Formats: sequence, C-alpha cells, structure tokens
Amino acid sequence: MPLGLLKYAWKSPESMPRFFPDETPLKKHYDAVIIGGGGHGMACAYYLAKEHGLTNVAVLEKGYIGGGNTGRNTTIVRSNYLTSEGVAFYDESLKLFEDLSDEFDLNIFYSTRGHYTLAHSDSALHTMRWRAEVNKFHGIDSEVVDAAHVKKHVPYMDTNCGGHLPVMGALYHAPGSVARHDAVAWGYARGAQSYGVEIHQKTAVTDIRTVGDRVTGVQTDRGFIETPRVISMVAGSTPTVAAMVGLKTPIEIFPLQACVTEPVKPFMDTIVVSGSLHVYVSQSSRGELVMGASVDPAQLHSTRSTLDFVEGLTDQMVDLFPFTSRLKIMRQWAGMSDLTPDFAPIMGKTPIKGFYLDGGWGTWGFKATPVSGKTMAHTVATDETHHLIQPFSLDRFERFNLVGEKGAASVGH
Amino acid sequence: MNRRLPPQPHEWIDRTRPVSFTLEGQTFKGFDGDVISSALWANGQSVLGRSFKYHRPRGLLSMADHDINAMYDTPERPNVRGDVTPIEAGMSLAPVNTFGTLAKDKGAWLQTVSRFLPVGFYYQTFHKPKALFPFWEKIIRRMAGLGQVNTDWPAERSVKRYHHTDVAIIGAGVAGLSAAKEAMNAGLDVLLVDENPHIGGSLDTHYPFDEHADGLRESVQALEASPNLTVMTRSYAVGYYGDHWLGVKTPSGLVKVSAKSVVVATGVFEQPGVFRNNDLPGVMNASGAERLVARYGVAPCRVGVVLSANPEGVQAALNMIRAGVTVKALLHTGRLSADVRASLTEVGVHVYEGVESPEALGKQTLQGVQFEAGSQTHQLECDGLMMSFGWAPAGALLYQAGARFSYSESLAQLLPVTLPEGVFACGRINGVFDLQDKAQDGARAGRQAALFAKGQPLDPGIDEAGFRAKQAHSHPYPIWSHPKGKNFVDMDEDIQLKDLKAAIAQGFDNVELLKRYSTLGMGPSQGKHSNMNGIRILARLTQKTIVQAGSTTARPMFHPVPVADLAGQRFRPRRQTPMHDWHATHQAQWMETGPWYRPEYYATESDATASIDAEIDAVRRKVGLIDVSTLGKLTIFGPDAAEFMDRAYTMRMANMKVGTTRYGLMVDDSGVVIDDGVVVRFDEETFYVTTTSTGSDQAYQLLTRKVIEWGLDVIVLNRTGQLAAMNLAGPFSQALLQEVVTQPDFDLSLTGFPYLAARETEVCGCAVTLVRVGFVGELGYEIHCQQADALTIWQGLFAKGERYGLRPFGVEAQRQLRLEKGHIIVGQDTDGLTHPFEASLKWAVHFKKPYFIGRSALQRHKARTQRQLVGFELPLHQPLPEVSNLVIAGGQIRGRVTSVGRSRTLNKIVGLAMVDVDWLQNATLLPIRLSHGPSVEAKRVSLPFYDAQGERQNQPLSLDEPQEANQ
Ligand SMILES: Cc1cc2nc3c(=O)[nH]c(=O)nc-3n(C[C@H](O)[C@H](O)[C@H](O)COP(=O)(O)OP(=O)(O)OC[C@H]3O[C@@H](n4cnc5c(N)ncnc54)[C@H](O)[C@@H]3O)c2cc1C
Repeated sequence: MPLGLLKYAWKSPESMPRFFPDETPLKKHYDAVIIGGGGHGMACAYYLAKEHGLTNVAVLEKGYIGGGNTGRNTTIVRSNYLTSEGVAFYDESLKLFEDLSDEFDLNIFYSTRGHYTLAHSDSALHTMRWRAEVNKFHGIDSEVVDAAHVKKHVPYMDTNCGGHLPVMGALYHAPGSVARHDAVAWGYARGAQSYGVEIHQKTAVTDIRTVGDRVTGVQTDRGFIETPRVISMVAGSTPTVAAMVGLKTPIEIFPLQACVTEPVKPFMDTIVVSGSLHVYVSQSSRGELVMGASVDPAQLHSTRSTLDFVEGLTDQMVDLFPFTSRLKIMRQWAGMSDLTPDFAPIMGKTPIKGFYLDGGWGTWGFKATPVSGKTMAHTVATDETHHLIQPFSLDRFERFNLVGEKGAASVGH
Repeated sequence: MNRRLPPQPHEWIDRTRPVSFTLEGQTFKGFDGDVISSALWANGQSVLGRSFKYHRPRGLLSMADHDINAMYDTPERPNVRGDVTPIEAGMSLAPVNTFGTLAKDKGAWLQTVSRFLPVGFYYQTFHKPKALFPFWEKIIRRMAGLGQVNTDWPAERSVKRYHHTDVAIIGAGVAGLSAAKEAMNAGLDVLLVDENPHIGGSLDTHYPFDEHADGLRESVQALEASPNLTVMTRSYAVGYYGDHWLGVKTPSGLVKVSAKSVVVATGVFEQPGVFRNNDLPGVMNASGAERLVARYGVAPCRVGVVLSANPEGVQAALNMIRAGVTVKALLHTGRLSADVRASLTEVGVHVYEGVESPEALGKQTLQGVQFEAGSQTHQLECDGLMMSFGWAPAGALLYQAGARFSYSESLAQLLPVTLPEGVFACGRINGVFDLQDKAQDGARAGRQAALFAKGQPLDPGIDEAGFRAKQAHSHPYPIWSHPKGKNFVDMDEDIQLKDLKAAIAQGFDNVELLKRYSTLGMGPSQGKHSNMNGIRILARLTQKTIVQAGSTTARPMFHPVPVADLAGQRFRPRRQTPMHDWHATHQAQWMETGPWYRPEYYATESDATASIDAEIDAVRRKVGLIDVSTLGKLTIFGPDAAEFMDRAYTMRMANMKVGTTRYGLMVDDSGVVIDDGVVVRFDEETFYVTTTSTGSDQAYQLLTRKVIEWGLDVIVLNRTGQLAAMNLAGPFSQALLQEVVTQPDFDLSLTGFPYLAARETEVCGCAVTLVRVGFVGELGYEIHCQQADALTIWQGLFAKGERYGLRPFGVEAQRQLRLEKGHIIVGQDTDGLTHPFEASLKWAVHFKKPYFIGRSALQRHKARTQRQLVGFELPLHQPLPEVSNLVIAGGQIRGRVTSVGRSRTLNKIVGLAMVDVDWLQNATLLPIRLSHGPSVEAKRVSLPFYDAQGERQNQPLSLDEPQEANQ
C-alpha cells in the first residue's frame, strides 16, 4: 500500500487539513478579480499568484467551485488539433497536465489511455490524415490507422457498425488522456489559496463598472468591489458577462449533454470518438462508461437534459458496441457550451482596458485548463499577450483572420 | 433455515409453482412471483451481496429497487437487481464485485484497513512517483465497477412507442389511484404508471389488515376495468423532460408519454438510520421488511426488533406480529402515547422509549442490538432490526419539472412549495400520511389535474397543504456517531459518517462539493437512501438549516434504464436510385454517401484499378454513363424566382437566358463554400438546380428558410426523390443520344444544342430535360427524368450503346476524370473555411449584384486571399502522395494536398493542393511530405491538366467517320 495513505490514518476526520478556507467577507479592493470559479478561473488565479506574485486576487463564483462546465465535462485531454496554433497551445496544456498531480500533491487521475477518432468515410479519413500530418510535423504522436488496427486494439468494437457506415480507419493519438475534472479545479483552488488568493463561492457578478474605456470595479450580489483588472472566465455565461462592458462576441450557446452508465468492471481502456455517429466514450475509474455526443441542434441558455439526446446516443452506441445494449444509463446532464464560429477560443485583451476575456471554449475547453490559466495570467500580469494565445484574440473576427480549426469539420461528402 | 411464512392475504407469489435457480452454483427454490432477494432470503441466505469498497456482507434494505448491494450477474446481463428482479427457472446468478464467494470474499480485508482509506483517499496518494501511477491505476481499475460485461453479447434493441393522454399519473398508491379516479370521473383519459407489478402502493404492504384499505382495494379493482384508463405496471417514469413529456420504461420498452397534465404521486423513500453496523445483514428498513412479508410471504427474521421514530414503525411492528413474525421489542426514539404502548405490549412487544445510540451487533450477520434508553445501556438478541426513521420525497420528477422544495421543520421533511403549471403532487411526497388523507389529497390533485387538462381554471378553493400531517413522520437527525465508525450513510458507495465529517472539514461544505468529493449519492441508487441523511449531516456540521445546506440536482434517470430500451429499433434510412438493381447485377461495388448507395466502380475487370481504368478509357475515348440520381434536385419558381436566385447564389442568375445553364455556387454568411451544382432556367419564373448528393437536405433547408426571411414570392420544391438523373459523357455521347431521342426533328447538333444549353425533349419515349455540361471534361449530357422512366432510358441507352462501347462508370472514375479537368469537389477540395477565391472560383462571384449570401464577407476575402488551390504534377513512377499530405517548405507548413491520382489519360500523377499565397509567389515546386517518409517535389502547373482549351466539348465522334471531329 502506498505510504501516502498513512498520513491520514490516525487523524480524526475533523482535523483534516482544509482545501478551502471558510467563507470570509469581501474586501473593498483587489488587484484583480476573476469571474468564474471553474478550472480556468482557478488556474489563472494560481498562476497569477505563483508566477507573477499577484496575490491580492479574488475569484468570484456564483455557484460552487467547478460547478459549471468544469464539473460536467467528459474530461478528454488531447493535442491532435488541426492547426499549428491549436497544436502548440494544447500540447503545452498536455505537458502541464502531466505534472499537475505532483505540483498539487493531489492525484488528479491523469490517465493516458490512447484516443481513437474513427473515420466512417473517405472524406473523414482525409481529415484524419490532415490532422495526423500537421500533428507529426509538430512532433505530436498522432497517426492514421486502418480498420484492422482499430479492430485489433479495440476488439470489442463492431467496426462494421451494424452494417451502416463501417469504420474505415481512425486517427490514433497515444497521448490522449482523461482526468478527474473536479480535482483539477480543486487542486488549482487549493494552490491559489495557499498564496493568499481569495475564493468566494455563491458570489455572483451582476455588473462591471467602467470609467471611459477602463474597468474600475465589479458589482456583486454581496456588494461592490474596486479593481483595475477583471478577467472573465465564465464559459457558458461569456455573452452575458461580456455584455456587462458592452462587448459583443460571436459566441453562441448550445447545450452539450453527457451521460454515464451504471458501473461495470473496467474493460475499456481507450477513448473512442466517432464524429459521424455523434458519440464518444471512455470508461472512468469508477467503472462507468462516460458518453457524450455533439451539441444540441438549437441554441439555448439552459442545462436541462433531453430524452432525444440519450435516445440518439444509445442508438449509435449499440451499433459500435453491441453488448452495451445490456448496460443501463444511470444519469444524464447538460452544460452550456460557448461556441465560436471557428472552433477556437477567444482569449486575451479587449478594447476595454483592464477587461480580459477567456471564453469560447465550446466543447473542448477542459483540456486547455492549465495552459489558459497560465497564458492568461501572463497576459494580465504583464499586459502583454502571451505568444501562444495571440492567434485567439477577439479582434480576429473583425479582421476575418479566423483560426482554421473548423477545417476539420468540413462540409459533408 | 426456512423463512417462508404462512400465506399472506395479498401476497404476489404463487405457492403452487415452485421455481429453482442457482446462485454461485448452488440451487435455490422459490415460487413464481418471488424476486431474487425474497427467494434467497426465504431460503435463509442472509448475505445477499458484498459492499462496493470494503466488501462487507450486506443483506436487504428496501426491496424497492434501491438495494444496490444485492446485485447479480447472469450470463446474459450485468447488474441485475435482486430486490426487484423476478426469479426465472434455470436462472444462474453470480454476485457482482466479489473476490471469491459471498460467504468468503477475499476483498473483505479492506475493511480492516478502512482507516487508511479515508474519504477521497485516492486523491491523496498513488501519484508519487509519477511513473508508478499506471501501476496503481490498474489495481484501482480492478477493484472498481460492479457487474462483469461480456463483450460478445449481441445487440438488444426493444421497440419504442408513443402514448398520448390527458392526465398522466405517476405512482399508483392510494394517492395516485384516487387522483386517477377523480380524473376519470371528469371524463378524461388517464395513464397510470407504477414500478410495481401490482397497483396499490403501500395498501398491501403497510395496511394489509386495515379495513379502510379493503374499501380502497375494491374501488381499485373497479377502476382497472375502465376503458379510459391505461395502466402501465412494472414501469417507471425515467425523467420529466419538460412540457409534460415523460419517458416511461415499461417491460416491453420505452414509451414516450405526452400528457396535458401530470400528477406526481411517487411517494417517499424510507431513510435508514446511521449508526454503527447499520449495514449488517438483518438490519433493514421497516418498509422493506413489510414488502418482504406482504408480497412474498417471507419473514425478515426469526426474532425481530423494530427501531422507530414514527407511527409507521409502530404499525410495522403490529403488521409483523399479525403476519406471524416475532417482534420482541420496539425501540422508539421518542415517547409513545399510552394506548399505543398498550397495543404493543398486548401482543408481546416490549417497548423502550427515548432510545439513543443504537448499535447493531454481529459479525457476518446481525446477532443483536445495543442501545441507550433511560440512561442505561441495553442489549437485545435478535436477527432482524427494522428501521423506521423517516422519509425523503421521491421528488426527482418534480425537481426536473422545475418544482421548488422547502424543508418543513414540523414534519422534518422536504415538501414541494411551488409546482410548475399543470404538474401536481399528492400523497406522501406532499407530506400527507394518513390513509384517508392520502385518498383525499389524491382526489384533490386529480381534480385539479383534470381541470388543467381541460383548459379550465383551477379551483382556487383547494388547499394543497390541506391534508398534510400535523406531526413529524421523520426523525430530524437519525444519525449517531461512534468512535469505531462503520456507521454507513451511503451503502452504494460505502460512505461512513466519518467520511462526510472529513470531507466537510476539508472545506467540501457545499452540498454539491460534498457529493463530488465523497461520492455521496453517486452510486446506482443515486442517493435515494443517502442524500437526505447527507444533507442532515452537512446542515448539522455547518450549523445551517436544511434549506441553506441545499440539495443536489435530481437528474434523470429515476432508475437506470437499459440502453436497449433507449436505443430502440435501429432505423437507418437508405436510399436507392431506380437503377439500383441494374447496378447490382452489373457487379457494382457500393459506397455509402449519406443515405445513398452508389456504385464506386463496376468490378468488370481483374481488379479494382483495371475496372476503373476501363471506365475512364470508355469516357475519354468512347462513351460512358453514370447514375447521378443522388444529386439534390430543386425547382425554384414564382414571380420572384430570379431575384431569389440572385440572392442565393454567388453568380448572377437573373440575367440567364431561358434554356441555358450556369454553374451554381453557394456560400454561407461567412463566405465559405457550402455547395455547388448546375442551374437551369426553364422560363422567366422557373429555375431548376442541382446540389451535391450529401448537401441536398442542407441546401433545401437553407433555401426554404431564406424564402421566409426574405419574404419573396417564390416556392422551393425538393424533387430529389421524384426525379432521377444520369450523365452520358464521351466523344460518342452525341451519336448515341441521337439514336434514342424520340422527339422528331430534335436538334442535337453542336450549334443547335450548344455547350451549357438545356432542352426539354423526349428520350426512349419519356420526357426528359437534357443539360449539356462537362464535369468530366468530355462532350456530355445530363439527362433528368421521372424516377419511373429512368430505368427505361438507362436500358435504352445500353440497348443502343454496345456499338459505341458504352460502359457504366462509377464515382471513382468520375473523381479521377474531373480531377484531370481540374474541377473541384466541394468538401474534398474545400474545407470548413474555404472561400471561392481560394478555390479558384473567383469567376463564379459576381459583386455587381447588390446582395447575395456571403457578399460582404467575400469582399473582405477578395482583398486578402491567404490560400489558393493550385495544380501539381509528378512523373508516374514517383510514389503517389495521399490526400492531406502536407506541402512543407522552409520548415513550415505551406499547404496540403486535397485531391491526387495517377492520371491514366495524361500518364502522370496530377493533383490539387491548397497552398499559402504568400509562399506561392515564387514557387514552382511543391515539396510534398509523404505519409510515411520522404518528400517529393511536385511541379506546379496551371489548371486544367486536361484539355485546357475545352476543345473536347466540340469533338464528337461518330461510327461512320470515327477519326473526325466533325462539324
Ligand atoms: C457535456 C460536456 C462535455 C465536455 N467534454 C469535454 C472534453 O471531453 N474535453 C474538453 O477538453 N472539454 C470538454 N468540455 C468543455 C469544457 O467543459 C469547458 O470548456 C471547460 O470546462 C470550461 O471551463 P471554464 O473554467 O472556463 O468554465 P466553467 O467550468 O463553466 O466555469 C465558469 C464558471 O463561471 C461561473 N459564472 C458564470 N457567470 C458568473 C457570474 N456572473 N458571476 C460569478 N460567476 C459566474 C459559473 O457558475 C461557472 O462555475 C465539455 C463540456 C460539456 C458541457
């Protein structure tokens, strides 16, 4: 048994060290206020304090830590993106992820499983190869494999897909991983607090005050706070918060749903994604199959679950993994995903001085948690946009300088 | 030990029909109507399962689909629940998640080290050193999970149904039944859903000997016969999905229910007490014991003790005695009235009052109970301890519907305070406990639901709270800490009181964080017997009220639902063209494009390449025919048709002459190419357009939406399934077509029917539209006709075509032919961001129009085009690059190959690549990195590769003068 377990054995439950301090009153002034206590907000606070010595910082969270998309996502971490900007950015995130458990002294269960993105058509295969080629160029472990390879490594998959849209090959990404989403947020939160950052849960920002084109403070449901820097890290609420300073973003909110089965003994060690069948799945270390699909068909600011979602998802799952028809769906839920037109995030400075934006994370932002925290902290502390996020600035939409990530989602055929 | 009781008045088993089955290879006998747990218990088996984390022995708890510790694998499926699954003859069961046997589980040592496994222990360890984590992870994964999956199980898919009703009532207990009666009296259709095989709820289990219950039972039977009542038993509402839309899992599959109003009469879940060894087999909920006795005629124990905090506990003790079970004592946490006390002592039940700090005694199973009463410690021997501490609402559906609950201190229970429109709650979930009151409360809800369903105003005089109990039926804090622990709050997840204390001490003091850190309520029962106690503990430790402590979101599913039921029957629409059978008999090799099946090639030669080559040769030298019926086909007509076309497409369309065709390119608002096809103008107000095969639905959707947005007087008609089309191409196409045109004097000459003209005529006696286009780079005609005529024409062409060497060709030959001609395929040579200027389609964008979709975006794109589609070639002997290989120069990605192939016609490799404009300026060579190794240097060439002057359009051959390009 690992020795780590010994240290708590003779402690009474009440004397366990705290992760998060007790609630405290809000101060009148902070050097920076982060809106949103998800993974991104916590990571940003952590790096602001640790790497830039900015510790008079408050994170304001209207609900509880990680209660937004951070605690709802299906935790896939990978770097096999399509564009050079994307690959560089997400690869840096993977590197940070690998060391997080150690850095936090908290096991975030970062588990490298290998990640298959299935292709069911020639054109999908073309896209997979495109990604693989870009990835290889940047030194990312990523390759196109054929259906026989998939069958060999995931023998329980019906690569014939029940006779419709058979698997023709896949993009295989060995570093593809999953992690415990909550633990990532908790680890960053605990770390940030150890440097003096304050985290206020159940504290909603209701308005942002500006004078001229400069931020001066935030209004919360617990009172007003003065601050020269406001960082919005609110994922599904980005349009709402941006509107508080009169900024428009091209972000649209679509519900994204997921579900888990009742736990069964682990048998699935890889992560399998099929864009054409709109399903992806991995098995958690609790034994649940964690499954998701694409975003809901219509825009909606809501986290309600639908029956259509589980019906559609399970229908395709049974084609891919026939035996799963005998499992049971235990729980389903939804998050609000903040989609941009080019499937890349919006990060960095804005026309409002002191207002920084980190949003547009859509269906893919969990994996960016460490790197966005780090690069945003750099950008806020130095007021210089970190080079990794320069391509993701808000004004790219005005300049028609989109990031080519959407290339992967090319029109049919 | 046989625990079977004499027959009970309302039992569900049929004692004349024994059923045998096996557990761990050992044979057990039960009766038809038994569930696994009741049959095992009847046979004296007390250890029904092992717990998830510590592998502690566990018995039964609720007998109500919450007994997660009694789960079994069968050869057919995992995680079969013992407390609700009927036994079947020959059933073979194995307990889930045991290492060894139920009697001796090798995992049980874990409980001796439980102090090393505090809440969230896995977050605290295993990660140092990093390199060892994969090792630990393997072990963790071996310990995790419940049932075993057999990946060879074939797919199961059940049938789904829809059901429409006026009033849906969930829960057929006294309240639900009374609601049903009321709604039916109002003349409405009622659906009654209950998870049990028989309706009646607690009537038979808690009131088996009550004469009022008999009256209700009779009226239930009368109800069941009514034609406007649908009863679904063994069925549960999996979730409330908004707008009175419910999923109901029935034994025969999922039923999707749409109701005008919904009554939730789902009752309450009995909550166990939290005290030392409260999980020992033999400790159970009193309602679980009642179910066991009344439904299956099985005694919960030989000698029992009831541990109670409410009137239900007293009633349970009396029920047990009547049924023939020995109850030696009732331990009450409060005080009882004299007559209640008397009623108990009269039947031999010793009463202890003011009971505190209970503790179950025993090792593998319950042997006794210790407790404090009257400042003394007592011990009693017993093998059954029935807990009656109180209730938590079965409120998931109400929460999902948007109801708000509040905690009633006087009832020590959460009660619904606001309900959404058209949703009603009654019975115990509404805090109503007395039998008569439940009936009245149900009638109240039924009446209101009926009014709502009829669209009438609700009766304002009815008080939702009118029938609620006046005294608490729940203990406000049935939780006792113990220095040695093993007082379980959550039996699914093996969470003890100390775990919650530790989690809260660590700052996870918000109900959601507590759940996530401790996994409270995350197990298969989803907290049905643990969330309420968890909230009580959280409130107590953080000195908050229950309401302040909050509750977690109740997400669907109510009980887990088999994937087979949610998936339903497999429905994959397939589309076939009228020539499908012809293709099949001519060795077509199929490929799927969307719902369509298209011939990729016809396997006429020794291998695929030879077959495709032969098809290409036919088109280039003689004549070929391809089925293009899969193309989207739309007719757009009306006074504003020309204006509409101008706005929808990038090219000018309003100035098209009647009887001509034009290339049609569609972009989206951001200027990205989304579809292309051919546009034909039939008359001033009628256009006919084709779209790509897979883009047709999307294009139709977009265009119909635009009709409405723009308010134009035009109709878009989708004729994809009505019309068929084929393309006859090659130098002999004109001569062959001439033979089958049946309209006298039809002018097929190159001048009479020039390139890009369209004509309506008759071929093989069938009306057709002929369009002269050249996608594959040869003289050719697209023939559009009615589906019903298509095969006649197709076969007519082959009947005359042999002389000309006519061959059918497939999609692969077409791809290569068009590549030689430098024509793009949308979606292959374009990606999700490509605009026309990049795709060398500048000529297809006409800015002179004041507006068209994507115009302003395209103006910007025009000014700064960053990529461009260019042609390249390589000698034939070079390795063939693949689509998506990159162009890499100066250590940077400069582009990628979008199409490539060995050109049979040109004797070289030709391809298209999308390349950065900046870099392209001076580049004459494209260095392409191959998938598995080195680079090749391809020569950049201008497009098209083949027939740059377009002469082939005017070089028909005829059999009489084979060499001439006539006219
Ligand atoms: C079902 C689902 C599956 C997903 N799967 C993956 C995946 O596999 N891999 C991946 O990389 N990504 C995935 N994602 C995306 C990922 O979850 C998100 O992009 C990411 O978690 C965003 O993190 P965040 O910290 O920016 O936002 P969040 O975690 O959403 O945090 C934002 C917080 O801001 C708070 N907030 C909002 N408004 C205010 C206000 N006015 N005042 C105070 N606080 C406010 C919210 O309460 C919330 O807690 C998935 C998302 C969903 C919904």
